[in-house]
Amino acid sequence: MGERIKEKLEILADAAKYDVSCSSSGSNRKNKEKGLGNTGAGICHTYTEDGRCVSLLKILLTNHCIYDCAYCVSRKSNDIKRAAFTVQEVVDLTINFYRRNYIEGLFLSSGIFKNADFTMERLVQVAKKLRQEHNFNGYIHLKTIPAASPELIHEAGLYADRLSINLEIPTDSGLKLLAPEKNRGDMIQPMTYLKDQLVKTKEEKKIFKSTPHFAPAGQSTQMIIGATGETDKQIITAANYFYQKFNMKRVYYSGYVPISYDKRLPAIGTEVPTARENRLYQSDWLMRFYGFQANEIVNDAHPLLDLDIDPKLSWALRNMDRFPIDINKDDYQLILRVPGIGVGSAQKIIAARRFGPLNLDHLKKIGVAVNRAKYFIVCKGFMQIYADKRSDIIKSYILNTSKSKYLSTGNQQLQLF
Amino acid sequence: MQHVDMYYDGTWSGLLTTIFEIFEYKVFPITLRNSKERQQGMFQTEHEVLTQQGKADRVMNGLIAKVGKKGYAELWHTYLSELPEAPLLVVRVASYYFNDARNVRSNFAHDHILQLKKIIKSVSRERHRMKAFTRFQLLADGMYVAVIEPDFNVLPLIQKHFQDRYADQRWLIFDVKRHYGLFYDGHVTSEVTIDHTSTIANATLVDLHDQQEELYADLWKRYFKSVNIKERRNMKLHLQHVPRRYWKYLHEKSFGMEI
Ligand code: SF4
Repeated sequence: MGERIKEKLEILADAAKYDVSCSSSGSNRKNKEKGLGNTGAGICHTYTEDGRCVSLLKILLTNHCIYDCAYCVSRKSNDIKRAAFTVQEVVDLTINFYRRNYIEGLFLSSGIFKNADFTMERLVQVAKKLRQEHNFNGYIHLKTIPAASPELIHEAGLYADRLSINLEIPTDSGLKLLAPEKNRGDMIQPMTYLKDQLVKTKEEKKIFKSTPHFAPAGQSTQMIIGATGETDKQIITAANYFYQKFNMKRVYYSGYVPISYDKRLPAIGTEVPTARENRLYQSDWLMRFYGFQANEIVNDAHPLLDLDIDPKLSWALRNMDRFPIDINKDDYQLILRVPGIGVGSAQKIIAARRFGPLNLDHLKKIGVAVNRAKYFIVCKGFMQIYADKRSDIIKSYILNTSKSKYLSTGNQQLQLF
Repeated sequence: MQHVDMYYDGTWSGLLTTIFEIFEYKVFPITLRNSKERQQGMFQTEHEVLTQQGKADRVMNGLIAKVGKKGYAELWHTYLSELPEAPLLVVRVASYYFNDARNVRSNFAHDHILQLKKIIKSVSRERHRMKAFTRFQLLADGMYVAVIEPDFNVLPLIQKHFQDRYADQRWLIFDVKRHYGLFYDGHVTSEVTIDHTSTIANATLVDLHDQQEELYADLWKRYFKSVNIKERRNMKLHLQHVPRRYWKYLHEKSFGMEI
């Protein structure tokens, strides 16, 4: 059995890798009754050669699929090797990898064979077996198959930590063009169901502590970036909508990797838009942790993110009238708006200034990128001479002194401000 | 206050006792070294601390009352870094805590606090890496064994994590650099040492493997290769996350090879 399982794993891991999510966070499942595993540590057990975190065993149950979505390697018309795991094989792999501390858990997705429910049922079986027969308390992320029945989705939520349905293409017109057999409604319907269940469970938990878990790490989704001609404004507006409307824990952005000669798509050999992807993640962080509104980052006057500077700096330069911020007096929320000051530094500033006023040297020690921040702040003994407040000049100063690490290395890590 | 060269036995309790005696004898260390390094002959400006658990406990409780359990843990983690400057820094920061009426643990503009936070950050990164990069091998007798070689003495800091997670399997994590390990027998975890002439190494474990061990190690290697997206390759970032010095303990890199 050794050789066949090796081949299957190669095929079905390869097919799953375009789903960028590998997060194992957001859930705090305890190891119960001396079983195996727990969640909450959010560990990356290794990193791929492209620098992505490997936290979960991320595989497809099968890459057989009845659909023909143009952007997907598993599409029906693609001439590739096909394989399928049995339920037991996935369970064994998960348990054995987990016991050796290779992974935090399982992320199981699948091509659609026969129909949505038939596929979803198999995914649920894996999760159920892991939880009930192996007392496995590690992380389980299940893909929800669009148009699967609410009963199955509900069952999935009882065993999984996180559920996700990918939006794939940010705009409806793009989706119609590339996946004409799919429709947005089939994706939205389970998202709505999940959202309602998650809210309900939360309410019930307040009253009955014994309410069973329901996808404690919530739901997430992914959009492919750069496969159709969408603007950043469209992407960020869509992300914002899904955060607000469906309580998404995370929206992932996946730069399209050209895998097809289909005329509707960027040609093979086109570069993966990793720089743009990085700017989108930064914008996403601004919305989630920095109190930014989507329309502050992109709007009709500014529909595309700058690639040469990060979105926070870009916003600051477009809003010079909001500065300078007083490091020793202003609120946390305002300090967070300063380019060069991240969440960690802002918290430290608030904590440290209680013991006395802070100067530039203090800020440097705390970890502020002073080269960047100095155009936007006043602090003890320091006030920038705004001989010329023109933002284009400040921008060129900043670009000259702090070379964007991102652009110089083609780095795709989140370089956050 | 008299400034002296101080010596202690190198243990954590010894360091806490040192803090106690600074206040008791109104002395302050210019240097703080292990008693083993002490030359014969007692000079006026020397003070040797003899560890007393009673004094150590009082300092521990005092610190917890002053800066909380977290503040106390930070000092312990700094000590575990084993950096040459760590013991003196711990003493300095602890006396800063005791001498100031306020809780100054979050005075990030203070030089010693900053230095302490920096060390804690490195220790905590190493602790996190050991949670991530520790790889168990299953032996034929059902025990899971891992060999590690952390930069700092973080084994005590990962004990609870592994105990909670692998509650139903027997495991041993062995620090080859410090020559001791943690063994969990399915109920309790205890510290184990083996005699100094022998060691536990990946090379010698192979003969003891369970018959499925090679299969799963190989599957993991293949998995690692298959999830890579070559169009996105970025080795600089990869190395930043998985520095070379850890590779010989990772199957997906160069397990067992000396680099
Ligand atoms: S349904 Fe899913 S697996 Fe099938 S072709 Fe479309 S995206 Fe790929």
